[in-house]
Amino acid sequence: MKTLKTATILAILSFFTLAFTVKTDGYKVGDKIENFKLKNIDDKMVSLSDYKAAKGFIIIFTCNMCPYSVANEDRIIALDAKYKTKGYPVIAINPNDPNVSTGDGFEDMKVRAAEKRFTFPYLFDAKQDVFPKFGALKTPHVYIVTKNTMKVEYIGAIDNSSKNADAVTEKYVEDAVDALLVGKKPEKTETRAIGCSIKVDEKTYK
Amino acid sequence: MLFVGIISCKKEVVKETIKEETTQISSVKTYNYNELKPLLEKSDDKIYIINFWATWCAPCVKELPYFEKIKQDYANKNVEVLLVSLDFPKQVNKKLIPFMNKHKIQSKVVLLDDINEDVWIKAINESWSGAIPATLIYSKKNRKFYEQSFEYEALEKEVLTFLN
Repeated sequence: MKTLKTATILAILSFFTLAFTVKTDGYKVGDKIENFKLKNIDDKMVSLSDYKAAKGFIIIFTCNMCPYSVANEDRIIALDAKYKTKGYPVIAINPNDPNVSTGDGFEDMKVRAAEKRFTFPYLFDAKQDVFPKFGALKTPHVYIVTKNTMKVEYIGAIDNSSKNADAVTEKYVEDAVDALLVGKKPEKTETRAIGCSIKVDEKTYK
Repeated sequence: MLFVGIISCKKEVVKETIKEETTQISSVKTYNYNELKPLLEKSDDKIYIINFWATWCAPCVKELPYFEKIKQDYANKNVEVLLVSLDFPKQVNKKLIPFMNKHKIQSKVVLLDDINEDVWIKAINESWSGAIPATLIYSKKNRKFYEQSFEYEALEKEVLTFLN
């Protein structure tokens, strides 16, 4: 009887461990990331290893339709303008399933990128197998990665005023990249902001 | 006396128009996090369901009727629903209020407008990434946070864990 009880408790415990680790899966600060290869809006495949001269990457999960992404578009363009030449280009990735999020399809991405004149790749996670590796949960969601170690140095928001660029008082991503550029660790490595959940088809996803 | 008479006359007129149009909402109260906080930690005998949503968030809009239904179905079980909108402040008159009127939202709606997202998202729940929809259910004995969408059955199942 006692062993049965213990077995039941163990089973319950392992169930809970499983149930709770599913969501927290994904890269943490300090983790080494795998390279990925995704299709860009110019129909060419882009991979991190293509960037021979880069020191690192500002990887941003974003999309066309989320108002928080839209509110950050100009800031994403500005980040690329400021840091691409310094060795930290922006790599934008749309993680959404367009069947669930109308307007987030590959052709829609081309249109939006042309309208806003994106200077960075805007990749489509068509199989939705890249964003879960990162553990991205929303758009926008930023990951800063250094190239020589391929380690995550920062996860979070672009700055401290996601919905209103005029009220920004702390530029998290800029501060982190500036630190990395002079060989320091970012002071803030994790921040949060409101965003749109990444859209998956509950019936077919995984 | 005459003054009182006038007021009561006016009141009756107002009442009639309300009856005809059903209750039209014309404003939504805006809170910063410190103002909202007391609503997230009441210690009476009720069960509070706090849903973080926005009119622009499609999965939020989809699940909203389930929160409205829970409010109705469990009103006599001391269950209260609060819908915390994260709509952009400039969209309140253009989007939020028309949405509430169109869908005849019965639950209490407030707007959360606070720049310190990095602080209050963590404060509301350590595990919350900031993605919406998200829901907090609490009583004085128990507290659970859900960064997910709900179907009615799943929501009811969670509420029942608070009732039993």
